Amino acid sequence: MYEAIAFYGFSAILLLAAVLVIVSRNPVHSVLWLILAFFNAAGLFVLLGAEFVAMILVIVYVGAVAVLFLFVVMMLDVDLSELRAGFAQYLPLGVLIGVVLLVELIFFVISGWTLGPALKSAIVAAAPDAAQVSNTRAIGRLLYTDYVFVFQGAGMVLLVAMIGAIVLTLRQRPGVRKQNIAAQVSRQRGDTVTLHKVETGAGA
Amino acid sequence: MAELLDLFWAIPTGLRLTLEIVLTVLALLGCFAYVTYAERKVLGAIQLRQGPIMVGPFGLLQPIADGVKLLSKETIIPAGANRVLFVLAPMVMLTLALIAWAVIPFDAGAVFANINVGVLYLFAVSSLGVYGVIMAGWSSNSKYAFLGAMRSAAQMVSYEVSMGLVIVTQLLIVGSLNLTEIVEHRSPVWLWILQLPMLVIFFISALAETNRAPFDLPEGESELVGGFNTEYSSMTFALFFIAEYLNMILMSAITTVLFLGGYLPPFGLMIAPLTWIPGILWFALKVAFLLFVFIWVRGTVPRYRYDQLMRLGWKIFLPFSLIWVLVIAGTLMATGMLPVRS
Repeated sequence: MYEAIAFYGFSAILLLAAVLVIVSRNPVHSVLWLILAFFNAAGLFVLLGAEFVAMILVIVYVGAVAVLFLFVVMMLDVDLSELRAGFAQYLPLGVLIGVVLLVELIFFVISGWTLGPALKSAIVAAAPDAAQVSNTRAIGRLLYTDYVFVFQGAGMVLLVAMIGAIVLTLRQRPGVRKQNIAAQVSRQRGDTVTLHKVETGAGA
Repeated sequence: MAELLDLFWAIPTGLRLTLEIVLTVLALLGCFAYVTYAERKVLGAIQLRQGPIMVGPFGLLQPIADGVKLLSKETIIPAGANRVLFVLAPMVMLTLALIAWAVIPFDAGAVFANINVGVLYLFAVSSLGVYGVIMAGWSSNSKYAFLGAMRSAAQMVSYEVSMGLVIVTQLLIVGSLNLTEIVEHRSPVWLWILQLPMLVIFFISALAETNRAPFDLPEGESELVGGFNTEYSSMTFALFFIAEYLNMILMSAITTVLFLGGYLPPFGLMIAPLTWIPGILWFALKVAFLLFVFIWVRGTVPRYRYDQLMRLGWKIFLPFSLIWVLVIAGTLMATGMLPVRS
């Protein structure tokens, strides 16, 4: 009973928040609604017994990605009238994408289509019994044994993307004064200060 | 006393849990009040002053007087502020500071939720604290508050990665994400020494995570007036204040659980006179020691500049902790101490 209440609660808030993400006029509000949506998705994962995925969702998406979203969005100076000017221009493309997604969704729901039916038995065989192994261990075992190359491949893709972003944004600015901490720390008193005994009346 | 305990256990589970949670929160608020007192006393001693002495014996009633003062002040919401977010931000801060305590083992078996992913839960909750700061800074509609929020967002990403790696080394040794199992795990002394640099990195990251000196850049009262909480007054400010100190206590508790053996006697000395002292007292003593270090650091080290913190996080902590993960993993592998389970 409680689980059903929790499920419908999380789902309802998730859907509501997701709608508000795209409806909100203020982009900062959008990001905050998105965070609420992430939280409720994590709640659904916990209900499924996938606590590891739930925690990773919160840590990665809420704790890191959404912070950077918020960081960027808060700095933007959004002009609503300027946004509306482009609205009509992009409307056909937007509608087209929306229709394609909607058709796919309907097709998916009606036909009861499953992803790679042949794979299903293989997955069941590979995944250990949930009662014996905690799902953190189960995920780790799958990722680092059967799917290790795919996993490492995904890591490589991310690494390339990261290096690409750095290369695109790195620029050498001349004339910037930088702090050299090692030089500062290794500075001795003798390097910079000398004491002179100056005779009275003989100072320059 | 025993009859009272029996009576306590006779209460239905749901009600008893509620009662326990309320009592824990009240105890934490009491701790908060006297950590502020301790801070003022210790800082006073460091700076050759007396600290609070006027209210009550040794100034012991000072925190209560401060609380009454804050409560009786007027709440001011700036005209240009986003009212909902402005009020929500301190609530979010305090809630996050409180919910993390659900998984902390105070004593053997004395934990609200002994979940399998306790460490990840703590890591998740503590990384959310930044939202309170960002929301406060943005909704205040004030440039100082906004600058504080910006700093907080950029500050957070720079040490959180190395903090994660520190936790990874601990997990490599224990082989579990459950906090009670981490406390109960007995590792040889040389392994503890190998963990020492990670303890230092974790504690420095904890200073940054709680926005404490020398990393109190989001507040930076000497350059940003009060940073993210510039526009806050009375109870809304008090909530931020409580959240900051509760986060301090929480980070001390996490450090205790991960590195200092939680409720067990120090250094794993399970010998007679030390084991007589109840576990919760050991836990409290360790937390109190770490809190003292928090205050000690505040009294000693000047504030870091913004770019210096970024440099520390990305150029020193991250490479070092990455290498140290390899070192510890390699050592465990070589000595066959890797917790391998089928």
